[in-house]
Amino acid sequence: MRHLWKIMAAGEGGQGVQALAETLALAAYRAERQALYIPNFGIEQRGGVSLAMVQISDREIGSPKFLTADLVAALSPRSLERCDRYIGSETIVLYDNSLMEAPAVADEVVGLQSYDTIAPDAFAERTGYREGRSAAKRPVAGKFVAVPAADQARKMLHPRVFNMIILGAITGLTRVIDLALIKEALEVKLNRRFEADPRLRDHNFRALELGYEQVREAGEAVAAAPPGGRL
Amino acid sequence: MSELSMPLSWNRESKPHRFCPGCGHGLVLKALGLAVDELRLADRVTFACDIGCSLLAWDFFNFPSMQTHHGRTIPVMVGLKRAVPERIAVAYLGDGGGYAIGLQHLVSSALRDDPVTVILVNNTVYAMTGGQMAPTTLINQKTETSPFGRDSGETGTPFRGPEVLSAVVSSEAYLARGTVAQVLKLKKMIQKGLETQMNGHFAFVEALSTCPTNWRTNAAATWSFLEQDMGDYYRTGEISH
Amino acid sequence: MSNLTDLERSAFMTGNEVVAQAALAAGAEYMFGYPITPQNEIMHYWRRLAPGHGRGFLQTEDELSAGFALLGAVIGGKAAFSATAGPGTILFQESLSMAEMMRLPVVVVVQQRGGPSTATVIYSQQEVTLTTFGGNGEGLRFVYSTSSHQELYNYTIKAFHQAWRFRFPTLVLGDGYQAKMREALTLYEPASNGLGPIPVKPILGGADLANDGKPLLHMRNAFSVEEELAELLRDQIKAYELATEEIVEFEFVGEPEAALLVVAHGIVGRAARYAVAELRAAGKKVNFFRPITLRPFPEKAFQNALEDSGRSVLVVESAAGQLGRMVRLAAGSIERFDTLYRPGVGITMEEIKEAIHL
Repeated sequence: MRHLWKIMAAGEGGQGVQALAETLALAAYRAERQALYIPNFGIEQRGGVSLAMVQISDREIGSPKFLTADLVAALSPRSLERCDRYIGSETIVLYDNSLMEAPAVADEVVGLQSYDTIAPDAFAERTGYREGRSAAKRPVAGKFVAVPAADQARKMLHPRVFNMIILGAITGLTRVIDLALIKEALEVKLNRRFEADPRLRDHNFRALELGYEQVREAGEAVAAAPPGGRL
Repeated sequence: MSELSMPLSWNRESKPHRFCPGCGHGLVLKALGLAVDELRLADRVTFACDIGCSLLAWDFFNFPSMQTHHGRTIPVMVGLKRAVPERIAVAYLGDGGGYAIGLQHLVSSALRDDPVTVILVNNTVYAMTGGQMAPTTLINQKTETSPFGRDSGETGTPFRGPEVLSAVVSSEAYLARGTVAQVLKLKKMIQKGLETQMNGHFAFVEALSTCPTNWRTNAAATWSFLEQDMGDYYRTGEISH
Repeated sequence: MSNLTDLERSAFMTGNEVVAQAALAAGAEYMFGYPITPQNEIMHYWRRLAPGHGRGFLQTEDELSAGFALLGAVIGGKAAFSATAGPGTILFQESLSMAEMMRLPVVVVVQQRGGPSTATVIYSQQEVTLTTFGGNGEGLRFVYSTSSHQELYNYTIKAFHQAWRFRFPTLVLGDGYQAKMREALTLYEPASNGLGPIPVKPILGGADLANDGKPLLHMRNAFSVEEELAELLRDQIKAYELATEEIVEFEFVGEPEAALLVVAHGIVGRAARYAVAELRAAGKKVNFFRPITLRPFPEKAFQNALEDSGRSVLVVESAAGQLGRMVRLAAGSIERFDTLYRPGVGITMEEIKEAIHL
């Protein structure tokens, strides 16, 4: 198993990228792993792409940001372009192939700068010194994994648990944290809302499982690959 | 009580004071000293003075007193009052400190209805820096930066502080304009200003004052400028709001 | 998590929340603040936490007001603090210079953002010169630069103690990354670390130690004679120098006869530490030095580290030489001076490893 996972999640504002990333980091922390989560944040409070970086390790973590991700989860076509510069030849790229339209911004994210933030368009250009590759070009990655999460959420569960299908898939691909611990972390985060509406818990947990199961094969291949080797 | 006697709350060691002959500051500080004496507040007052001629008041009293920065006296006293509410906080500043560089603090403090007492000395000039035009300089008045007389077309009209504040203060706040020509009336206003703070509200007293040094006036002309020219434009009394 | 005592608890939170928790645990009584990213959530958390603990908060009209209101609270004998960034740090300089002159122990947390001017709200290490020497005067202030949430907690608490103990304004220098990222740390009651309450006492109206403990009734800030000021400053500077030995803190990893000393501070220091650790594990002769106090700078320790490292340095910072200037000054003669300057952007361990040439 790798001793460090560098995970980037990206999506449209309101897709729940930060909630996804925070849950993952919280689960890692509760599992007594080293965990560091940093949202990107900027001047804009709505619109734009939302990025989150999570690092999970057995050792202390150096810088809060990284140059190349081990796994990129892109929740929208536009956000995949934004992640381009973080994708290397060994990066696993998880994306939604139901090609959903960018959803409207959820009211609750407006003004909550630290909790669920949305990036300004110019953010990626300001970070890092590496020249970004042309967004039109398909990135060279180690492995592409597609999950039709938006469609599945809408048809099978609830549109809002779309991000939990992605989190389930991230968990299945990295196997860095047990799915049960992800559920526990979600329970900690959303306890009051789950108490108020138990269906919400059910939807979220089923979404996690759905995401996890779909990438079972890919996850096994990742786990079998030697660290740093081709996927 | 005589107008001529030294208030008990004055620090005798720092007298005679360092203000210029004919300066009105001594009279404003006398009014404050008398008001503090009468209310027996000497052991509760903390006094902070601005930079400008008001800085010369730093050791004027027997109660804790300090100098701050130009325009920043009000926030210092707001900070003290918030952290140590049992103190009676008095901010003492000039028209430049209160109406120009520190105006945002004055207005914001009035808006918050901070329980502090602000005493602002209006002598129509920046005196300590050598007689430049102030927000309170009258139209046609000559200063170092309005040597041909203040032109309202160029630099606007003189600032009426209490009237401006009357638009924003709470109904419990106290606003007044006194003059060193009537020290006992001024003392009463300051007294009300201190009582207003003790009742938990903002108080502001502007004192019309004299600066013969920068006005370049003799005694008679000084008094006439204070009472006629300034008195005509700046009406004294409590300001309703 | 299992080894914690009753006075400790493990937490996973943002740096801004860490600061609010630290100020609360330290016993700070009042915060005056003005919104500026990326420190806002310090105010948000403090505002929510404070009432339950009998602490106060005021959102002022600007950073000038916040800074001077702090001085007012402090002369009244209350531990008070603020937090700011970027242009706000500039406005704070006025009150900080008064705090230096009057020896007023204010605490200000600075979460650096990109500069100059409005620039980015995200991150930088470009407020080093401003926090250390930003005032009109001699920079008589303590500045701690933290590299993790644990340090942010430790040094925010410590800042109150050192400020009041030595009576100099004290700043904790973080950055936007530290402000916004979440990581684990252990929160503790300062008492469990042998720290008593902050040694506060009324200043204006309190006992004047220079005058047989009589009440200090008059504090001045304006002097009419050069010599009078010079005499006061001589005493202030002497007091600062006396405090220096106890205040300076640093981290050094290395051994004699290395070929290079990597110098970095704050969050970059942590990436540099791991870069050096990896190279050392591979047998490379490279040392690491991280000043924790940027002011006073740990000069002696740095000179020793330099001596152990072939008098060669690599300075790494998210600025264009603000730490570099301090290093040059402290070094005196130097064999090799390499730099990895990235003004306004983060630096990873990989980039630092690439910049290390042995």
